[in-house]
Amino acid sequence: MRELKLMKGNEAIAEAAVRYGVDGYFGYPITPQSEVMETLMAMRPWETTGMVVLQAESEVASINMLYGGAGAGKRVMTSSSSPGISLMQEGISYIAGAELPCVIVNVVRGGPGLGTIQPSQSDYFQSVKGGGHGDYKLIVLAPSSVQEMADFVGLAFELAFKYRNPAMILSDGVIGQMMEKVEFDEYKPRWTDEEVVKNNPWGTMGKTPDRERNIITSLHLQAHEQEAQNIKLQAKYKEIQEKEVRYEEFMCEDAEYLMVAFGSAARIAKKSVEMARAKGIKAGLLRPITLFPFPFKEIDAFSDRVKGILVPELNAGQMVEDVKLAVNGKVKVEHYGRMGGMIFSPDEVENALEELIIGG
Amino acid sequence: MIDVKDIIKPENLVFKKSKLLLDTPMHYCPGCSHGVVHNLIAEVIEEMNIQSETIGVAPVGCSVLAYNYIDIDWHEAAHGRAPAVATGLKRLLPDKFVFTYQGDGDLAAIGTAETIHACNRGENITVIFINNGIYGMTGGQMAPTTLEGMVASTCPDGREHSRDGYPIKISDLVAQLPGTCYVTRQAVHTPGAVRKAKKAIRKAFENQKLKKGLSLVEVVSTCNSGWKMSPVAANDWMAENMFPFYPLGDLKDE
Repeated sequence: MRELKLMKGNEAIAEAAVRYGVDGYFGYPITPQSEVMETLMAMRPWETTGMVVLQAESEVASINMLYGGAGAGKRVMTSSSSPGISLMQEGISYIAGAELPCVIVNVVRGGPGLGTIQPSQSDYFQSVKGGGHGDYKLIVLAPSSVQEMADFVGLAFELAFKYRNPAMILSDGVIGQMMEKVEFDEYKPRWTDEEVVKNNPWGTMGKTPDRERNIITSLHLQAHEQEAQNIKLQAKYKEIQEKEVRYEEFMCEDAEYLMVAFGSAARIAKKSVEMARAKGIKAGLLRPITLFPFPFKEIDAFSDRVKGILVPELNAGQMVEDVKLAVNGKVKVEHYGRMGGMIFSPDEVENALEELIIGG
Repeated sequence: MIDVKDIIKPENLVFKKSKLLLDTPMHYCPGCSHGVVHNLIAEVIEEMNIQSETIGVAPVGCSVLAYNYIDIDWHEAAHGRAPAVATGLKRLLPDKFVFTYQGDGDLAAIGTAETIHACNRGENITVIFINNGIYGMTGGQMAPTTLEGMVASTCPDGREHSRDGYPIKISDLVAQLPGTCYVTRQAVHTPGAVRKAKKAIRKAFENQKLKKGLSLVEVVSTCNSGWKMSPVAANDWMAENMFPFYPLGDLKDE
């Protein structure tokens, strides 16, 4: 029996984390996501599931607390917003290099720099193209509702542990702050220490006589060893690309014009598609749910079917580059964006479709 | 006349290598203090019989490869972040023994925030702090603990406080914080000092069992390669120059 609640996206992240059996949350306050840690502290999960919640001295510290907890094989997560996520990039790179699972939530605000506290999607590049140093990738999920904020906590942990890779939930101030009804799963118990050892034999739970010592490291001083590790990582990313693409189609069956949008922009674009349809324009929406792995093939499948693709994003044009890579020049692709915390309206996007794609 | 081979006989052996010290050839320079401190940690873990309950956190610096030498589970940390990594481990594994092993650049420069706040939260961990006043691994640059007038590759005329600031007594600083229970400064340049240092490391690990808070053992050390001295001269130089500024003994024992 799923429990129905009305809450903010940020609160849903916290509620879902406790219910999923997360072992530890480490974070630092930053707008517009401070409700995540506030909700966790108010829930006092250390008294119920035994989950640890700790306010760190910085995002640099919180991501490294994750690094330690993840190394032991525990389910650990953090949340932050853009400037804080920038501070975490060193740790994220280490976690990816050491192949550890963890979940990082980014409730994006407008930038660059200290920027604004208003919503934006300007961290797409940082999330899917690396962010920190070295050749690595995060698994990136883009929720577009409070329900998905809740559901993607569990999904992110499942994928993170399946591939021993950090996973990011890339949200923004719209999804984090708005209230919607959301259904929750039953509480799941946390893994016992015995289960942690069984499920994650690589973890630093203490060297027992039956095994060699476990070493969590991203250091490979010999170039040929580092290359071998990088080849292994790239093979893993290829497998994720092949197996884990998730997306949603809306009115795409007979579409002559396609919109590709993620997260909060996809909610708005959905309405724009309805407005275009009311005018007799056969528009459709493809919403990537996984940003890495990106639905390249699925978007390319529309290259021969549609007359043009509009990519509405709350940024200067980031995901549009991947859409262009997907169709490889076979069909016209245009970006429409607002920046710095400004949010486009459905009719703005519908107008952009008519002006940039149909009339352009 | 007694020959060396007459002395090295099983019945004459007083000290031996800990069972937990692996046979991996050490990369440390001859005369370096790291090897001795590694052995002391291995001995303490062995004597306390906590091999299966201990997780070490290795730093960035010369001891980045510490995990090659002691037979326990290890977690490598980014430069300066070992106390945060140890916090994550210990909070989720409160009954295990977690220690960090850090140099002066790691603990007192790039990781100052993580050090101070782990101490201030009273994380129930042990911190082993190797202070040799120089960045060894990167080739002898000025460290936060480099003495005034001391030569390093980034202060070739000696540390000058108007340009470089002052050497920092980080152990004195963290001893002021209520979260630390034991802060001590030791050395390993003589057999007597080694015995004292071992006692201090043992106490710092025992304190975890008692859940007393954070224990920090600073080991004032030599870096004869970085200091460009023979091992013996480095020991003498340390006693003459380092000990007056970094006096040995307990700073706090509660």
